[in-house]
Amino acid sequence: MTDSVASPTQMNKAPSGGWDQFNEERIVPIKKYAVRNPSLIVGLVLLFGMLFLVGIGHLIWDTEMFRPLSTPTRLAPTAEHPFGTDTQGRDLLAIAILGTPLTLRIGLIAGVVAIGLGTVAAFLSAYYRGVIDGAIRSIVDVGLAMPALLILILVRINVGRELSTDEMGIAIGLTSWVFPARTIRSQVLVMREQAYVELSRLSGTSGMGIIFKEMMPNLIPYITASLVASVAGAILASIGLEAIGLGNLSDPTLGMTIYWNIQFSSITLGMWWWWVPPLVAIVIVFVSLFLISSGLDEWSNPRLRKRV
Amino acid sequence: MTEQSEVAENSSPSKLSSFTGTSLRILSGILGNFVVKRFLFFLFVVWIAATVIFIIPRLSGQDPVKEKLLLEAQRGGAMQTGLDEMAKTYQKRFGLDQPLWTQYTNYMIDLSKLNLGTSIAFFPRTVNDIVFESLMWTLGLMGTVTILAFILGTLAGAFLGWPRRPGWLQYVFMPLLTLSAIPQYLLAMILIFIIAFKLGWLPLFGGYSPSTLPNLSWDFVVDVLRHAILPAFAIIFSAIGFWAIGMRGMMINTQGEDYMIQADAKGLKGSRIFMRYAVRNALLPQVTGLALVLGTIVTGQVLVERVFSYPGIGDILFQAIRLSDFFVIRGIVIVIILGIAGATFLLDVLYPLLDPRIKVRNT
Amino acid sequence: MVQPTIEETRLSTEQAIKTYREGARITDADALVVEDLSVYYETDNGTVKACDDVTFTLKQGERFALVGESGSGKTTLAMALMRLTRPPGHIAKGSVTLNGRDITKLSDDEMRKTRLSELALVPQGAMNSLNPVMRIERQIVDGIIDHLDDDDPKPTKEELQETVRDLLTRVGLRPSVARLFPHELSGGMKQRVAMAIGISLRPKLIIADEPTSALDVVVQRQIMQTLGRLQEGLDASIMLVGHDMGLVAQFADTIGVMYAGKLVEIGPVEEVFSDPKHPYTKLLIGSLPSLQEKREFLGIPGLPPQLIFLPEGCAFEDRCPSRFEKCQAEIPDLFDLGGRREVACHLYEEEAKS
Repeated sequence: MTDSVASPTQMNKAPSGGWDQFNEERIVPIKKYAVRNPSLIVGLVLLFGMLFLVGIGHLIWDTEMFRPLSTPTRLAPTAEHPFGTDTQGRDLLAIAILGTPLTLRIGLIAGVVAIGLGTVAAFLSAYYRGVIDGAIRSIVDVGLAMPALLILILVRINVGRELSTDEMGIAIGLTSWVFPARTIRSQVLVMREQAYVELSRLSGTSGMGIIFKEMMPNLIPYITASLVASVAGAILASIGLEAIGLGNLSDPTLGMTIYWNIQFSSITLGMWWWWVPPLVAIVIVFVSLFLISSGLDEWSNPRLRKRV
Repeated sequence: MTEQSEVAENSSPSKLSSFTGTSLRILSGILGNFVVKRFLFFLFVVWIAATVIFIIPRLSGQDPVKEKLLLEAQRGGAMQTGLDEMAKTYQKRFGLDQPLWTQYTNYMIDLSKLNLGTSIAFFPRTVNDIVFESLMWTLGLMGTVTILAFILGTLAGAFLGWPRRPGWLQYVFMPLLTLSAIPQYLLAMILIFIIAFKLGWLPLFGGYSPSTLPNLSWDFVVDVLRHAILPAFAIIFSAIGFWAIGMRGMMINTQGEDYMIQADAKGLKGSRIFMRYAVRNALLPQVTGLALVLGTIVTGQVLVERVFSYPGIGDILFQAIRLSDFFVIRGIVIVIILGIAGATFLLDVLYPLLDPRIKVRNT
Repeated sequence: MVQPTIEETRLSTEQAIKTYREGARITDADALVVEDLSVYYETDNGTVKACDDVTFTLKQGERFALVGESGSGKTTLAMALMRLTRPPGHIAKGSVTLNGRDITKLSDDEMRKTRLSELALVPQGAMNSLNPVMRIERQIVDGIIDHLDDDDPKPTKEELQETVRDLLTRVGLRPSVARLFPHELSGGMKQRVAMAIGISLRPKLIIADEPTSALDVVVQRQIMQTLGRLQEGLDASIMLVGHDMGLVAQFADTIGVMYAGKLVEIGPVEEVFSDPKHPYTKLLIGSLPSLQEKREFLGIPGLPPQLIFLPEGCAFEDRCPSRFEKCQAEIPDLFDLGGRREVACHLYEEEAKS
């Protein structure tokens, strides 16, 4: 630290900008910090633990059995099919191994698209103000009144064919950037007024320079937290879209498995092995993303730290 | 204003009465103007949304109506007679050979009369008919549940974000909040399995028992309530977590405000500081947040209805998707957007009652 | 970044001493006795001694000013006197005796009742210290209501309104301000409201934490005048926390200089300004601009130490022009030089003994 620790009340203030400082003040204490912020660690362990199991599954299991009619139908779990089979003769272990990363992939694509667009819009809007700000804010406000899922349904119905998982990810991302745009914008607005940004502006740094050298480093934790939240939201939307029958019928994603479950009333048939694994996988995905995101929130908002 | 001019005003008490009168008049002018502004914005949102809905099918270069009719024609037979009539009706109604601009104008005129068109699958029933019947179910369930979840969640969050709360609270609530990350429709499935299927305490699906006829008898009301419990719980449970987390964060932020320190320095009672200073201020972003997530609430509700086959808008939407009933889908999307924009408008207009600063800020 | 040691100094030293308050009614009774008060913050990297072994006495009717660079522990000390230190900070040791009672030993509820009724805080940055969603009258009244005992008669609405009107008039505001919200007031008006709240229960000690920061010069003067008038009306003592030496010199009877969490010099304002003892005080006063003699603004070379890595000896040692061997090895005690003058510097060890 180059700055003196002025007073305890000032210790939590944002660093005065720059990547070096970001490294010193944010990355170095990360180990110590992890102990204090268990939700981040638990979340990461859950998520990567699950991905690890999926990876092992890919190596030792015949995932081709995800196709319908590749096994006998309606088998309860046995040694041959540890997760059982469904009404259409799919091996449910193969589905779990293939579906989990596929669903995460949709979420990640959508999240990156949404946060990318949202961040650019937020900076354009908050930094340059004026006409650009007015236009972007109108788009965002209108967008907030139009639920992404409904727009996706309209698009999907009119496209008239099934979307691939990647296309679905991009489509969800394109329809869900307004919320992050709005929240990041307000963060930029606050930061814009801060003394170190003002100082940088007065000393003649260009707009782009200020955005990338001064603001970005301080917004990284917030944007990362938004990304994680966006990924969770996108997975929610994708599963919703699939559950309502607009997914790709040949893809073994978690959402499609839910769709087949609802379609064939597996619950009332007593076929618990059909719906429990995707449900558990989805719950783990959401809980881990939730923990990671609230852990990151704590990181980006130091006030949340010690007090409670 | 400098201190000196204040002193000058102080010394002329005759101005006092006229000051209040003028300020009242100005205030009502500002408020009226503000409401008009918000209403114009509401119309703007609806217009943009309607336009987007108009454009989407035309961008894809496909006509869902023709396709649907073609599909039906391929199945042949019984439908054949109705098909010609339907095709004619549609051609006439939408003037499909007319220029795009005329189509757009007609569509907007229909929309301004709240005429959503005619269903393909349930021809000749109108979309209005179908949508508004199911809307009652959705509004009844969602309205109650959203308000309940907002109140309970905000309260829980307020306590969680209060430094002087009992310590055990955190250990009870935090795991519950984590569970709220589970999507509502999955919770719905779990609830159906345990409470309805395994234990048989509550009905599995539907809005009321098929054996009863909708009427205003006590039995029917009880039946409807019994059917609503599980869907309501599925939504409330995860929504509470959402509101609690937001409120907790806001409460913690509020702790750092100067007026909180001053409230302590004034020697106020803990309960007063909690309600009148902390909660009262932390509530403001919560209400703004409510406007922001209305869309998500509706989406969640739509899916929960699907899981429970609850006869609301979500179930109709699913049926319409299955039958490729484009006009019903479009009608539902329009109605939902109208609802969200309308609710946002209401929140916007009521918000100044909560935050006295807003009147100034919006002029 | 090197901060200017004294921000916004607006009065020359000479002028300041001339305007020093005459005929102050300082009695011999102790209003506030602070002994060995220490406030520590526990952090991951160690203990931050934000305020360490602070000892001083405030007489009834006295105006005591606490000065020092930002981060020297002034506000920490003020908050500790109110017992409003927030975690991870805590009062590690020491006693605060107010009108004969040690308030560090009071129960939380007794302490709550003591605030405002016996010692009141006029906050720093009155800008945000009022609840933005509450009318001014409500914010004045709720302090009064929460200090009623169970057997006290409930004041009527009219009585409360009358009280509010009276308080607002006394701080120089028109009574109609009662019906306004904070955002409808200017900075100076808000500061006046904060003072009205502060005197609402006629406290014997007012802690004013930089009451004039962020106000313009004319308003600053008016606010300080009002504060002084109120104090005399209540026959109370004032502890003024500030960094504006000019204002302090005009207002206070006694001055205490803080450096790195320690009180390094105490004395009558006049004497400290004309004959500062501690090298830090010397530099501080020497760096004040003067009307007579235009010269370059001088800061104090070097930086204040980090409170978490305090040196073994005197905290000012590495910036001190008159340091010698002992300074590095030993923390100086506060030596009594007589005539209410105390200084924490090894240079004066002999003088104190004689």
